Amino acid sequence: MSDGTADKNRSGGMAFWAVGAILLVVMPLLNILPPEDSWFHLSDFSLNRFGKFLAFGILALGLDLIWGYTGILSLGQGVFFGLGAYCMGMHLMLTIGKESVYGTEMPDFMVWNQVKELPLFWKPFYSFPVAVIGSILVPMAFALVFGFFAFRSRIKGVYFAIITQALALVAWLVFNRNDTNLGGTNGLTDFKQVIGYRLSEPSTQLVLYIITVLCLGASYLFCQWIIRSRAGRVLVAVRDSEKRVVFSGYTPANYKLFVFVVAAALAGLAGMLYAPQVGIITPAQIGVLPSLEMVIWVAVGGRASLAGAVLGAVSVNYGRSVLTNYFPELWPFILGGLFVLVVLLFPDGLIGMMRKAKSLLSRSKPDGGKPVVPAEKAAVLEGKR
Amino acid sequence: MMISLGRTVAALSLALFLFSGHSWSIAAEGAITAPPISSIEQALGQVASEDESVRSAAIRLLIEQGDVSLVPRLEEMRANASRSIRQAIKPLMDLLKNRAKLASPDSDVRRSAATDLGSSGNPSVIPWLDAARVNESNKWVRYTMEESVTLLKLASDDPSIIAAAAEKLGELGSQNGVPVLKQLVAAGAVAEATEQQKTVAMAAAAAIVRIESWGAWSNAIETLFRGISLSSILLIMSLGLAIVFGLMGVINMAHGELMMVGAYATFVTQQFFTAWFPSDMFDWYFPVALPVAFLAAAGSGFLLEATVIRFLYGRPLETMLATWGVSLVLMQAARVYFGDLTAVVAPGPLRGGMQVLVGVYLPYNRIFIIALSIICVLGIYFALFKSNLGLRVRAVTQNRNMSACLGIPTRKVDSYTFAFGSGLAGIAGWALTMVGNVDPGLGQNYIVDAFMVVVTGGVGKLAGTIVASLGIGGLNKLIEPSFGAVYGKVFILVMVILFLQWRPSGLFAMKGRNAD
Amino acid sequence: MGGNRLCLLRKLPCWRGSAEMAEQSSFQNSIIYLDGVTVDYDGFKALNNLTFMVDYKELRVVIGPNGAGKTTLLDVICGKTKAASGRVVFGRDVDLKGKHEDEIVALGIGRKFQAPSVYGFLSVWENLDLSLKRSSKGVFATLFGKSTADERVRIEKNLETIGLKDYAHTRAGSLSHGQKQWLEIGMVILQDPSLLLVDEPVAGMTDEETEQTGQLLQSLAEKQAIIVIEHDMEFVRQIARVVTVLHEGTVICEGSVEKVQADDRVREIYLGRQKVAH
Ligand SMILES: Nc1ncnc2c1ncn2[C@@H]1O[C@H](COP(=O)(O)OP(=O)(O)O)[C@@H](O)[C@H]1O
Ligand SMILES: [Mg+2]
Repeated sequence: MSDGTADKNRSGGMAFWAVGAILLVVMPLLNILPPEDSWFHLSDFSLNRFGKFLAFGILALGLDLIWGYTGILSLGQGVFFGLGAYCMGMHLMLTIGKESVYGTEMPDFMVWNQVKELPLFWKPFYSFPVAVIGSILVPMAFALVFGFFAFRSRIKGVYFAIITQALALVAWLVFNRNDTNLGGTNGLTDFKQVIGYRLSEPSTQLVLYIITVLCLGASYLFCQWIIRSRAGRVLVAVRDSEKRVVFSGYTPANYKLFVFVVAAALAGLAGMLYAPQVGIITPAQIGVLPSLEMVIWVAVGGRASLAGAVLGAVSVNYGRSVLTNYFPELWPFILGGLFVLVVLLFPDGLIGMMRKAKSLLSRSKPDGGKPVVPAEKAAVLEGKR
Repeated sequence: MMISLGRTVAALSLALFLFSGHSWSIAAEGAITAPPISSIEQALGQVASEDESVRSAAIRLLIEQGDVSLVPRLEEMRANASRSIRQAIKPLMDLLKNRAKLASPDSDVRRSAATDLGSSGNPSVIPWLDAARVNESNKWVRYTMEESVTLLKLASDDPSIIAAAAEKLGELGSQNGVPVLKQLVAAGAVAEATEQQKTVAMAAAAAIVRIESWGAWSNAIETLFRGISLSSILLIMSLGLAIVFGLMGVINMAHGELMMVGAYATFVTQQFFTAWFPSDMFDWYFPVALPVAFLAAAGSGFLLEATVIRFLYGRPLETMLATWGVSLVLMQAARVYFGDLTAVVAPGPLRGGMQVLVGVYLPYNRIFIIALSIICVLGIYFALFKSNLGLRVRAVTQNRNMSACLGIPTRKVDSYTFAFGSGLAGIAGWALTMVGNVDPGLGQNYIVDAFMVVVTGGVGKLAGTIVASLGIGGLNKLIEPSFGAVYGKVFILVMVILFLQWRPSGLFAMKGRNAD
Repeated sequence: MGGNRLCLLRKLPCWRGSAEMAEQSSFQNSIIYLDGVTVDYDGFKALNNLTFMVDYKELRVVIGPNGAGKTTLLDVICGKTKAASGRVVFGRDVDLKGKHEDEIVALGIGRKFQAPSVYGFLSVWENLDLSLKRSSKGVFATLFGKSTADERVRIEKNLETIGLKDYAHTRAGSLSHGQKQWLEIGMVILQDPSLLLVDEPVAGMTDEETEQTGQLLQSLAEKQAIIVIEHDMEFVRQIARVVTVLHEGTVICEGSVEKVQADDRVREIYLGRQKVAH
């Protein structure tokens, strides 16, 4: 909009394109060009893993919208992620076809559970477009219904957090105990191909990675567009003082519902990208604990900063994947410690620290508002009269 | 499963001999017309006879006159007998053993012996049961003996006796009798059924109706009890949570792990007793563990408040996240230190249960939890309404700023209250060792339900928490049978959300300005 | 809405029973009309069968000792608190009972709270921009909407009015207390309400600021009706034309400042205690 911010936007924009170029061009090239034993070589495994983290980044963007900007703590984002992932997973299951262990058209776990006929809700997922659209629309529809009732009755704050946590628990139970229709604890796995491309081929995974980067970029721009619109400021206003928002003539419930549904869509998109890259989706990704971990991604990266959300998702997951490898017993301590530390000491997360470091470096030019000068203000008032 | 299988087997064996007309044994009255009594020794000698009629006569005689002292000798004979003889001797031995058990000092043993005899299908044991019943002091053992006798009478040749037995079974509400009664009904329904069979069938059908209607009642009572028991578990868990929520507006996500601390404190106390005290003192570990659990959890809570929560005042969502972090750390610490699964052995008085009505069995550990929850509520009521700290807690809950102005040290009130709430979690953990294993995930089991109780109950009123626990616990058990556990939970969530439509900040909400 | 009118007419005689009020206004041209309103907090009646009305473009001051129910009166009008009985009629025939706060705002009632409430994380400009009256304040309208030149001009003018021109891009959270009060007034003005509810606007202001606020309110009253709640008698005397005295949830006196100050009961319950000379 006006003055001051434009400058910041421009530098933010440059960073966006720079990071985009690294993710989209440099990383794939490092994967393709250098020989395998070279120092610069990025293994297929690493690239694939990174793609998974970036998918989580998309989810974090949505969570940041709802928690960071609007101040609504949703502890049920894992549910929407899971819905997206299961929608895609169902499609991938169906395309396994005769390659399955039992060699039938039906998914293996159904054969195992002696299901004779494919359940009705599986059938549309033969179609790839249905799976893609479904993995976004299903979570959205779900969030719409749930959010409608929650926000309509002004459930907020701690109450909303608890209710969404209960949602996560219930969803986990439903998926976990549904052996015949959803594969139970083992979830959906053993995927072979996606629209004819073998998932085991590095080239397929490379393309999936690139699609993930593009989706992340688009999601980022979309969220930024929301934040910079007047609606985005209403969201921040809701976080600040919901009462005032009502008396400014807005209906906070509608804005909350909107942002909840957007966050669900982004979580679903993340799930959709996750399934083929990781090759398995189980209820373990849905429940209470994973949903809470998602919140910590955003907290670590920096709330109310889109870049922070992505940064947090990538760094926490990277940390997790390295640490669980070397010190599996240590990870829960670190994760728990992170929760406490970030909340207590670094409420603005990594991005906040980076900003602080930057302002320390360029101390000469302090930013923020002009100092308050009562005399000046009084003079202005006088002039008006 | 096991029980119903047992019942089926019993029914089958009974039915077999009823309809095959096999005279392996005769009705009790038949004993009078039995062949002249030879000595037991003679019978023992004939038991191994290859001639089947001789053998059965001998067995009959042994059943009528023998006792458990014969078992070793029969055992001996079995060892080098042919297969058919072994098979013939086995039931005889079982009957004799069970007869001995009827005199056992343990009422459970007596009862199961009576049940076994009842399903043996051998009416000649009826006198044993009748004799034992006269001297039996335990009401439920007496009941079982009578039930067994009646079941055995169904094997009679006399239709009037059968009909009377069927009626009696209906009167007793005997679930064990249902399969046989159904057989009788079926026998009366076939085209070639005699008049007598039809009369018997009618009596049996009436009995079935009676038994089933009582079964529905006893089921309802048990469901109610299970609901109340789950409710009191939720209540005990939620009390501390709710007090802290009312006072400070924060949900302590580590509450479940403070319960876990209490449970491990109980476990450690138990280990201590096993290691250092004579075994007849073992049961004392449990009362001793109560203050230990309370103090361990209260201490942990105090530390948690002083190091984390104090700095997050006024930011309830951040507090939730930070306490969740603490819960992860506590859980993992327990996992690393104690390993994955340990169990606390219930003290003697809390083992087993009691039967209050036919088909209604209440385990002592559940009764204990219900009683404990009542005691906790009363205790908290007195702590809040009769003590100085309680007065301050209520004052701060209602209006923090005003209380601060009046010189109430709100920080200290927070700190003590939090420690107290955590101590209550410890007590909950102590109690939970009686209904489940002690493992690092103990706190996670019901905690989300407890959170729901707290938000449904609203803040500031004990009654809200009580009503919400009863509602959620009761509803849970009520719908579990028809929806299954999973969809039961879905249903509860939907109900809670619908409830919050009507009361967005719980049953008892702060009204007006303080609410925002 | 004919029924509504009829009701009003039927109620008229008993309402006229309060002669003092009848001489001041008649309900046809009242912008807000409270009829026998009672607000009950668990048995405590914060408003007790209160009848109260304000004309179009009137500047009304409501005074009363602490706990008299002044804030509750505003709460009832703007839908924050529901009346246990009685009616609240806005304009000619709009019954506010059962309406949500946002609907009431949309009808043209603006409110400034007792404690300044602005959006601390947004700039002053953004605070005002959000408050500006617009045809739609729905999600999609705000997502796609752009500020028009006309709207910018209005905001700039408003910034001048409230003396925060140089602070347009300062975060509202870092303003001083008095500045926040003004910003909030500015926000309510931009909503362009036909009835403005102002709760203790000069609390915590210096004398000079108080005086300026008074002038501001008076100039606003040229276009819209305003209900001001105030304790400060100095300020009341500066701006008031008609003063309503509230005590224990009912109106005990209404009229000019002089008249109110001369009233025995008022002096007993209020002025006497506050020791304000006349
Ligand atoms: N939410 C509430 N619950 C109970 N009593 C309330 C509530 N809000 C206000 N009151 C009481 O109503 C009375 C009127 O309050 P209020 O309208 O704020 O008075 P004031 O005239 O000082 O603005 C006071 O006695 C206050 O204690
Ligand atoms: Mg007030």
